[in-house]
Amino acid sequence: MTHSVKHAPYEVRESFRRFWPVEAGSREDKNLGQSSQATGGLVSVPALLQRNATLYAEKAAYREKEFGIWQSWTWAETEKEVEALALGLINLGVNEGDFIAIIGRNRPYFYQSMVAVQSVGAVPVPVYNDSAAEEMEYILGHCGARFAIVEDQEQVDKIIDIQEHLHQFEHMIYIDPRGMRKYDHHSLHQYSHVQDQGRAAYDEFITDLQARREKLDYDSTCVMLYTSGTTGRPKGVVLSNRNIIESAKNASEFDTLTADEEILSYLPMAWVGDFIFSVGQAYWCGFCVNCPESPETMMTDLREIGPTYFFAPPRVFETQLTSVMIRMEDASKFKRKMFQRYMAHAKKVGGDILDGKPVSAMDRLKYKLGNFFVYGPLKDTLGLGRVRVGYTAGEAIGPEIFDFYRSLGINLKQLYGQTEATVFITVQPDGEVRADTVGVPAPDVEIKIADNGEIFYRSPGTFVEYYKNPESTASTKDAEGWVATGDAGFFEEKSGHLRIIDRAKDVGKMADGSMFAPKYVENKLKFYPDILEVVLFGNGKDRCVAFINIDLTAVGNWAERNNIAYASYQELAGHPRVLDTIQEHVETVNKSVAEDPMLSGCQVHRFLVLHKELDADDGEMTRTRKVRRVVVADKFKDLVDALYDGSSEVSTVTEVTYEDGRKGSISATLELRDAAVVSTANKVAAE
Amino acid sequence: MSTQESYVTDDGRTIGPTVMEMKNITLRFGGVKAITDISFDIREGEIRAIIGPNGAGKSSMLNVISGFYVPQEGEVWYKGKKRPPMRPYQVAEQGIARTFQNIALFEGMTVLDNVMTGRLRKMNASLISQAIWRGKAEKEEIENREAVEKIIDFLEIQAIRKTPVGRLPYGLKKRVELARALAAEPSILLLDEPMAGMNVEEKEDMSRFILDMNDEFGTTIALIEHDMGVVMDLSDRVVVMDYGKKIGDGTPDEVRNNQAVIDAYLGVAHD
Repeated sequence: MTHSVKHAPYEVRESFRRFWPVEAGSREDKNLGQSSQATGGLVSVPALLQRNATLYAEKAAYREKEFGIWQSWTWAETEKEVEALALGLINLGVNEGDFIAIIGRNRPYFYQSMVAVQSVGAVPVPVYNDSAAEEMEYILGHCGARFAIVEDQEQVDKIIDIQEHLHQFEHMIYIDPRGMRKYDHHSLHQYSHVQDQGRAAYDEFITDLQARREKLDYDSTCVMLYTSGTTGRPKGVVLSNRNIIESAKNASEFDTLTADEEILSYLPMAWVGDFIFSVGQAYWCGFCVNCPESPETMMTDLREIGPTYFFAPPRVFETQLTSVMIRMEDASKFKRKMFQRYMAHAKKVGGDILDGKPVSAMDRLKYKLGNFFVYGPLKDTLGLGRVRVGYTAGEAIGPEIFDFYRSLGINLKQLYGQTEATVFITVQPDGEVRADTVGVPAPDVEIKIADNGEIFYRSPGTFVEYYKNPESTASTKDAEGWVATGDAGFFEEKSGHLRIIDRAKDVGKMADGSMFAPKYVENKLKFYPDILEVVLFGNGKDRCVAFINIDLTAVGNWAERNNIAYASYQELAGHPRVLDTIQEHVETVNKSVAEDPMLSGCQVHRFLVLHKELDADDGEMTRTRKVRRVVVADKFKDLVDALYDGSSEVSTVTEVTYEDGRKGSISATLELRDAAVVSTANKVAAE
Repeated sequence: MSTQESYVTDDGRTIGPTVMEMKNITLRFGGVKAITDISFDIREGEIRAIIGPNGAGKSSMLNVISGFYVPQEGEVWYKGKKRPPMRPYQVAEQGIARTFQNIALFEGMTVLDNVMTGRLRKMNASLISQAIWRGKAEKEEIENREAVEKIIDFLEIQAIRKTPVGRLPYGLKKRVELARALAAEPSILLLDEPMAGMNVEEKEDMSRFILDMNDEFGTTIALIEHDMGVVMDLSDRVVVMDYGKKIGDGTPDEVRNNQAVIDAYLGVAHD
């Protein structure tokens, strides 16, 4: 393991800042932020840019690694770049109220474009750069975009393909000219040329630009983001300056973010989280946004930047943890021993130290040593050595993974949010972090829970409307401003933390009237690496049963190490020792489910390991790998019945679709197992 | 023949006059005739393909161009001058770079270092200057590194910049080899089976890089390739060889309809 990170161009700057009174500026700003309730005239992102260009003129606003070197833009330079582009946009004929699509990966040019677009009174619409042509066509058509700012030939080609269906579409601006010299440039412009034309037309348009910029107020639209939507067409969520700036301000104050934070922007620009972190909070606080060289270099760039404020979905943390574990397997015996020993200690006290709970002096000393030998170098390798505030959200994170990072001393927290709320609904305050809750209501957010468990919220971040879709707006947001999340959850009485159980539409009732929340139990089981997928049944029944899919990679690995021969998924899935292991997992999960009085009815009484993997080709899952409960329940009705009628074995024939579209069938005899459950009445294991 | 008019192709590229001409080349290994009396030309800015069944003498032809083999008969004309017999490094100095059918990279070195070797011919600081890392050596290194970084960016291999080549999969190694050839800023680039052993997606990537190189840097490209689909899509003109002889020469369409070519590829009864 390497023990140092090279922050070459950067280390200099850091130490420089420490001895130089640049700090004074940021302090001033913090006070300014806190004291001005109405954000002191800073009612739009362009207004924030002007402030930052004065206040932090020489401080880096953006960095991007290109040609192997971190290139940077100061706030003063950023203002000039944005202004040149804004003038260029006016020159091209952009009107106030126009929608301009922004399509590309995280690059300073795109962030600057969004602010330039806002400056001329138009609305930026970031679009996922990997979306299919039809999806792009729908979005560009729906918002009636006249302009698009895109990255390169790939996006240009995609839009040229759909352009004939988009009658209102006029001009495209691209950043990377590679491969496009031969293109017809009547309605195609290179980004830097648009800026050049803007600079040349300064005298002509500057008064117009200033007038447009001054017209922006708290209620003008800041950005429109399309939600990916699991069902139906994507919806355009309109967020005002108030939504963005208030949310950014509140969240920044909650975590005491300053102008000295460093973030790495690598999550899709079309996602609300990136807009809040890389635009909202970056402009509010005046911190620096770093963009990776390419999506593949993200991990290296993360290490070079060493962000202080970091956001990642659980997937990123999982991947990192797996790679650490694999590398440790290959490390020398001495290093491995040391790693195991100190990680065990970190597991014991690391979380408590981070939460500020009392820990004995001896343990603290040992933890300090561990930090010197193991945790510090490890965090450094992961690029998380300087993280002061880290967030994960989007989906449930495995408690082991979560605790691993926290025990290292990384302040990883969870938040719960959605596009319609401008991200923040609940957040975990420092010192009150747990794997199974999503925290307390974020500042200025009100939350109420409906009778069916559905969570409603109201906040300054609550979206304005779904663009051109009053019906959906009305069905999501009521007259008083309460927004339905579609998620079910409850507040823990002791801590006041919110816990999310499931999608509200999936939550049902057991025969005895207690709550049935399948995902809650399924997620707990899926945190075991050998379990890939779980489907829980029990809505309207007196007890729950489950189908389980094993993870062929993990279980196959285990079988190899234990000399268990198997020829197929089916054979491995039916192996008694596999079933034993799964049974242990189910019983452990039952114990943890039973601790929750509201959900103890959801314990798994009987289960089976399916003879085939649930597959999108067979219609059992969506293409994004979400289980289709109804289809599964219907297709394997015989198995569900067998689980309920108490038989210990069942034979079944299942139709499967091969990848080339041919159909076939597999037959199997499955063993059904009973799992020990904890009786809630007297807390004694009952069979 | 060597003073043709420039013309513009359908897709807007300018093809210049002849830059290299092979005149009646014959190459023998002992008693075996690898190449028999072949003549063809390569024009500036074009993508010229050499195709033919296995053992047709394509690689030998490429080796003649790059100076690996000296033909017993015939002349190689380059930029209007007859080229005397040369060593490969002298040919390289003239601005002809190549890749190999069987990748020839330094496995233990990083991608960056491998690509840097492509610029060795452009560095001439003294040994002492290199050793103490002052003056010219430092300046040269920075200039060349900058050029190399542009190529790394162009071929989208940033993520493997610091990875030892030995750890890379085949498709990426091919790309690194291309990067090294490109680093020499060649006026003619010789590619020996750039797509061999690649899957469809990798072939598409490689095709795009070849077209972009030709378009962006104006590099003249001569390539040998087995995949007929790729050849027909990429190249402006094609030479077809069989048993060491030239059996066809022309645009992809002309070649496709040439009876001798069809016979060579589909087979014909020999009397």
